[in-house]
Amino acid sequence: MSKFKKKKNDEQAAINTASLPDIVFMLLFFFMVATVMRDNTLMVENKLPAADQIQKLDKKDRVIYIYAGKPSARYESKYGDQARIQLNDKFSVVSDVGAYVLAERATKREELQNVLTTALKVDGETNMGVISDIKQELRKVNALKINYTTRVGDYTQNR
Amino acid sequence: MARKSPEVNAGSMADIAFLLLIFFLVTTTIETDSGINRKLPPMEDVVDPPVIKQRNIFTVVVNKNNMILVEEKLMDLSDVRKAAVKFLDNGGGLGEEACNYCKGERNRSSSDNPDKAIISLKNDRETDYKVYISVQNELVAAYNELRNREFIALYPNERMSFVEADKKYSDPRTSVKVKAALKLKLSVLKKMYPQKLSEAEPTKNN
Repeated sequence: MSKFKKKKNDEQAAINTASLPDIVFMLLFFFMVATVMRDNTLMVENKLPAADQIQKLDKKDRVIYIYAGKPSARYESKYGDQARIQLNDKFSVVSDVGAYVLAERATKREELQNVLTTALKVDGETNMGVISDIKQELRKVNALKINYTTRVGDYTQNR
Repeated sequence: MARKSPEVNAGSMADIAFLLLIFFLVTTTIETDSGINRKLPPMEDVVDPPVIKQRNIFTVVVNKNNMILVEEKLMDLSDVRKAAVKFLDNGGGLGEEACNYCKGERNRSSSDNPDKAIISLKNDRETDYKVYISVQNELVAAYNELRNREFIALYPNERMSFVEADKKYSDPRTSVKVKAALKLKLSVLKKMYPQKLSEAEPTKNN
């Protein structure tokens, strides 16, 4: 018998799973870091219209969000079924928009304050009157860069 | 004498970690928003509004019944893009105002050149937002269509259209050198077909 002949195991050795928690923890940390939790709870209906000539709105730290639409079913009894504006976590009126944008702008880093975009996340069923009012308010506080946030899709989906 | 402490069973560690992992997997939103970028006009009033010839204005009105009137004629949404392209690419100007890259009909009663051509979008307070966005989308599409055509004609070596080049330009992964080269080319195109889309304040006709 040769000296170097390997010892033959009669049964397969079990795979060592001791490092499994490490791997899972690594994944866990990745997702913990990458997670952006929704900071606003939506209180309005928000079915965005579809468009296909769109540009990406990356860099979330440069965006101010304004939501508008009908109050969701939960709030309908209290706030009616007319389109409302939502700023942060509460319903607001048009005259609050200017102050809100200025307050949000003040919280951003100084070098970003001139490159902010206001994203209008408006429900497709809303009347343009509300949006025009918002736009007028934005012009007053000199927040001129806006983005009509949309879904990706053909315009025929908007009917 | 201290007793030997019993060893904690770490077998369930993986389960706990998995539970957390699944929670974060579910709550993660990596999607980014996208939409139509627009710039609002500044608030100060123009003291002396420039006189614009009627033939250089392409009026699009969306009324409160969500009907689209293009140059005072009722039009279906699917035809708006074509009409806008036809208007922008008309190039009816003579002499100084001629447009040598336009491929339009050179109709004297339509726009002189793309630089002069202005699209005026007007809506009613009762107009639905989604219809308004659709019209905006179609008008932007008209500009993009023309820019794409000229971009491919001018820079065939890039092997991409204007929209793709623009996307590449705004991609943070693109290197600074490529960006500078692209910016130059994009600005040429933006000058050839400037996006002159004016949004009038809405009317309230009850």
